[in-house]
Amino acid sequence: MSDWFMVTLAGKDRPGIVAQVTGALYEAGCNLGETSMMRLGGNFGVLLMAQTDKGAAELEAALRPVADELGLSLHLEPVDPQLHRHPEPDVCITVHGADRAGIVAQVTRAAADAGLNILDLESDIGGTEDEPVYVLHIEGTAAGGVDALRQALEPLQAGGIKVEVRPIDTLIG
Amino acid sequence: MPVLKILTYPDERLRQVSAPVERFDERLLERIADLEETRLDGPAAVGIAAPQVGWFERVVIVDVSGRKNTPNHGRLVLVNPEIVDWEGYVVGREGCLSVPDYTGNVIRAERIRLQAQDPDGRHREFDMEGFEARAVQHELDHLDGLLFLDRLVSRRRDLFRRKTYR
Ligand SMILES: [Zn+2]
Repeated sequence: MSDWFMVTLAGKDRPGIVAQVTGALYEAGCNLGETSMMRLGGNFGVLLMAQTDKGAAELEAALRPVADELGLSLHLEPVDPQLHRHPEPDVCITVHGADRAGIVAQVTRAAADAGLNILDLESDIGGTEDEPVYVLHIEGTAAGGVDALRQALEPLQAGGIKVEVRPIDTLIG
Repeated sequence: MPVLKILTYPDERLRQVSAPVERFDERLLERIADLEETRLDGPAAVGIAAPQVGWFERVVIVDVSGRKNTPNHGRLVLVNPEIVDWEGYVVGREGCLSVPDYTGNVIRAERIRLQAQDPDGRHREFDMEGFEARAVQHELDHLDGLLFLDRLVSRRRDLFRRKTYR
């Protein structure tokens, strides 16, 4: 029986987090599925799929010492892996402007109502502390079409932000 | 006419450099017909290269004419193709019949000038841009044993980059 888990680790960033976490999994005989790991502000977040034949307790036992040593929170969630079934994004949305409360909520609400299913989202704050610049990048599938999505998001520009909706034309060859 | 089996990564044969076509004969036309039938059998491929079906000669087919708002030269069978000039670059998303269930961003020249022979051996020259130019560059890579995986750039960052001119 092969069991898949979604593993999350988060905490203050420091050198070696990725190497130590993936090293511990490798030594415990676990396989990695898809992963996403990144620095957010001064922190580091790890979201990974791990497969083990030995159950949740063994997986936790392999990771707990590393998490404790690195000062990271650790959470395990059993999941259905569904690997090798990537939905292809057909639209990408970029939003940027002066930082403003609720910008992500407004954009994603309007987009969801227009049929967007989000596959990937990242948002970042650039600029300075006095003049922060907000950048949001979303990829997804537009069930209601790209034009409908563009129309739904256009009114948000009135608030001084720039919204761009572009199709992703994936070339298969 | 049979649909041929597509080689998939990491099959080492996809890595070899294909040889120029020297004989323009009936056999070449038959093999091109099989290649085209194989392209059309799969999932919406706008191009296919001979080495993807284990035929290691410099032949590709590109056809982006089915896409709306896409400048194109119709269905092109390109024998011994060569890009002789490049201009600009642009990031776009690519996948490959030989790499199932993965797509990634790749930087390609935005405009190219292409020289090739047609299936009868006549020399042709094309100026192309955009999606068609991208498809040709993707297919020509196959003739040199390269895959779009060899040219990946970050999925998350690089789509921000817009058209850039020298
Ligand atoms: Zn390909």
